[in-house]
Amino acid sequence: MTWFASPADAATRLREAGYLTDDATALTAYLAGALEKPLLVEGPAGVGKTELAKAVARATGAELVRLQCYEGLDEARALYEWNYKKQLLRIQASSGRGSRQDSWSETHDDIFTEEFLLTRPLLSAIRREEPTVLLVDEVDKTDIEVEGLLLEVLSDFQVTIPELGTVTATRRPFVVLTSNASRELSEAVKRRCLFLHLDYPDAERERAIVTSQVPGLDDKVAAQLVDVVVRLRELELKKAPSIAESVDWARTLIALQIGDLDEATVARTLGVVLKHASDQRRAVKELKLATA
Amino acid sequence: MSLLDTHIGFVEALRAAGLSVSLAEGLDAISALEQVSWHDRETVRAAYAATLVKRQPQRVTFDAVFDIYYPRLVGDGVARERDGDDGDAPGPDAGPRDTGPDLERFREALAEALVSGDQQALQDLAAEAVARFGAMPGRGPGLSSWSAYTSLQRVSPAELVDRLVQGLLADGLDAERAQRTAGRRIGDFTRMVEGDARRRIAEEKGPEHVAGVTVRPTIDRLDFTAARRSDLEEMRREVYPLARRLAARLTKEQHARRRGPLDVRRTVRASIATGGVPLTTHHRPRRPHRTELVVLCDVSGSVANFAQFTLMLVFALREAFSGVRAFTFVDDVAEVSDVFRPGADVAEVMESLAASMSQAAMFGRTNYGRALTRFAEEHPDAIGPRSSLLVLGDGRSNYSDLALPVLADLAGRARHAWWLNPEHPRHWGTGDSAADQYGAIVPMVECRNLAQLGEFVHEIA
Repeated sequence: MTWFASPADAATRLREAGYLTDDATALTAYLAGALEKPLLVEGPAGVGKTELAKAVARATGAELVRLQCYEGLDEARALYEWNYKKQLLRIQASSGRGSRQDSWSETHDDIFTEEFLLTRPLLSAIRREEPTVLLVDEVDKTDIEVEGLLLEVLSDFQVTIPELGTVTATRRPFVVLTSNASRELSEAVKRRCLFLHLDYPDAERERAIVTSQVPGLDDKVAAQLVDVVVRLRELELKKAPSIAESVDWARTLIALQIGDLDEATVARTLGVVLKHASDQRRAVKELKLATA
Repeated sequence: MSLLDTHIGFVEALRAAGLSVSLAEGLDAISALEQVSWHDRETVRAAYAATLVKRQPQRVTFDAVFDIYYPRLVGDGVARERDGDDGDAPGPDAGPRDTGPDLERFREALAEALVSGDQQALQDLAAEAVARFGAMPGRGPGLSSWSAYTSLQRVSPAELVDRLVQGLLADGLDAERAQRTAGRRIGDFTRMVEGDARRRIAEEKGPEHVAGVTVRPTIDRLDFTAARRSDLEEMRREVYPLARRLAARLTKEQHARRRGPLDVRRTVRASIATGGVPLTTHHRPRRPHRTELVVLCDVSGSVANFAQFTLMLVFALREAFSGVRAFTFVDDVAEVSDVFRPGADVAEVMESLAASMSQAAMFGRTNYGRALTRFAEEHPDAIGPRSSLLVLGDGRSNYSDLALPVLADLAGRARHAWWLNPEHPRHWGTGDSAADQYGAIVPMVECRNLAQLGEFVHEIA
C-alpha cells in the first residue's frame, strides 16, 4: 500500500488526524512512505516528534508499535527472546516418553519454534501483516550496541534468529525514530534514514495548534498566549517553552476560567511553561512583569 | 548545465563545505526528487534537505549552497520587468540607473514593504537593490561583479528603522516589540540582499567559485575570533546543549568503566541461590576519581570571545569535576569562581563576568609574566596534587617578561596542565606570541571553535 498519495494529501490527512504540519514536515512524511525509508525526527523536547508518528498511524489507519528506548535496552527487550520457562516445562513434560535419544532430539527441535518465541516491538512490527507504524522513541538514549541491531532492521526490514532463520517483513512498516540529539547517532543509522528537524512553529501555526488542541479557548487569549510564548523563546533560557507547554498553559487558563491573559496572570501561571527557577526570574525581569 | 550536472555539482559543493554526503544519499535524493513535483522550489529544497542533511547545525550551510545552485531567479528577473513596465523610466542602458530619484523611489517602496512585512515584496526588492545599486561593471563580459556591500551602502536600510518603528507602532505594537521586529526585518532584508548578490556572482562565475569562497562554515567549526555578533549569540545558544551532550557522554563512559574488582563475599552469597554455582559475579564499585580544575583565563580584548566560551563550557561541565576555580587576568589576577553559582542565569553570569574583567587589568596591557607571578603569590593554595591547571590565552604578552619558571613551578605542582590557544598553530611564536616558549613547559592545544573545545573537554574530564 502507499501511505500517502502526495505531500498535499499527507498534510490534509495528518490535519484530519489532529496534527498540523508545515510544508517540509508533510513532504518528508510523504517521502518516508513513498521511498519506504525510516524517518529520523530530531528537535527540542515537546515539539511533537512522537505525536507525528502517532498522527501517521491515526491518519492511515495503521497500528502503532512503540519501542521506548532507554539506557541498558538490549536485544531481548527490543527484538525477541525465548520463553525459557515454557521451554523448561516442555522439556520436563516430554522426559517420560520414548527412548532417551529420540525424545531429546525431538524436544530440541520442539522448543525452538514459534510457540516459544516472545516477540518484542521490532520483531512484531516486521511480522505484522497489517499496516504498521513503528515508533522507535528517544533512540539517542540507547547504547551504541542497540544501534547495530537497528541497522539490520532499518535497512532490510529483516531480523535473523539463529534457530529459526531470517524473518523478512512481508509489508514494510512506516518507521519513525525520534531523538533529542543528546548523543550523536552513528553515521550508519543516519545514512539509512530521512532526516527531519522539527522546531518551534511560527506564531500563526502555533496559534492554530493551540486552538485545535484546546477547544473553547478564546481567540484573543490564544493570541496573547502565543505572543508571550514566542517572546519567552527569544530569551536565553535553559529550557524554552515547547508546543506541549503552550497547550498545557492554554488548558490551565481554561481550568482557571481566565478570559484575559494580563501581566499578573502571566506571572502567576508562569510555572506551567517555565520549569527552572532561574528561567522564571529571568522571564519576570525581561518581560517586566508585575509579580503577584 | 544539465540537471544531473547541477545535482552532482551541488553534492560536491556540500562535501566541500563540510557536510558528509555519501553516494547512497545522493541517490536517495534523486529518488526522492522523482517522487515530488518540480514546480515549487521549496519542495525541491525540502526533498534535498530530508535526504542530505543529517545534522541541524549543517542546515544554514546547506541553505546557502542550495541558493547558489538552485537560484530563485535568473538575471534581473522582476527588476528588469519593472523597468519595462515603467514607460518613462530610463532603460537599463540609458545612463546611470542609481540616480537620486530612483533611489528615493526605491527607498519609499522598501519602507512600505518593511512595514507590511511582505516577504515576497522584500525578496523582489532585494533583487532589485543588487541589480540597480550593486553592479560593479567589469572590463569585459563575464568580469563584472555584484556587491551586496555597495547596494546596502546606497540603500542603507538601517536609516529606515525609525520610520519602520513608527509604522509598527501605528499597527498597534508596543514600543519594545516594534523595535525588535524592526531590527529583525531589516536584518532579514540585509541577508536577502547578500544572498541575491551571491546568486548574481554565481551566475557570472559559476557556482563552484562562489560556494568555495562565500559559504561560511557551520557554527561549531566557526573560529571564535572570526565570529560576528549574530554568530556569537548563536554560539552561546550552542554552548549549553554542547555541555549537556558532553556530560551525557561522560557519565555513560564512566558507567561503562565502572566495574571494579570482584567482590568475593557478595558473589559467594549470591551463588547460594544457584546451588553454589557463581552465575552472576558482583563487583565493588570503582572509587570515583575526580579532579579539581583550576582555570586561568586571559580576558584581554584580543581573546575575549574565546574566553567567554571556554569559561562557560567549563562551568557548564562542573558536575564532571569535583571543584572548579576560575581566575581571569590581563596583567593582574582576579578570582571569578563565585560568579558561576549553580543554576545561575547565563546572561547574568556574562554581565557580572564582564564587570569582574575590569579588575583583572591594572595597566590594561596583557602581561602573562606579571599575571602568573601574581597568581602564584596571591593564591598559593589553589594548585595542589589533585588539581588540573588549564591556561586559556594566545600567549601574546607584549614582549614583557614571561615568568617561565613560575609557570613551570605551577605546572609541576598540578596533576595535569594544559594550555588552550585560540590561534592557528602557524601563528604560534610569531610576533609577540610566546606560545612556543610556554608550549615547551605546558602542552599547548589548538582550540579555535566549539568542536575543538568539545573534543578537548572530553579528553580531560
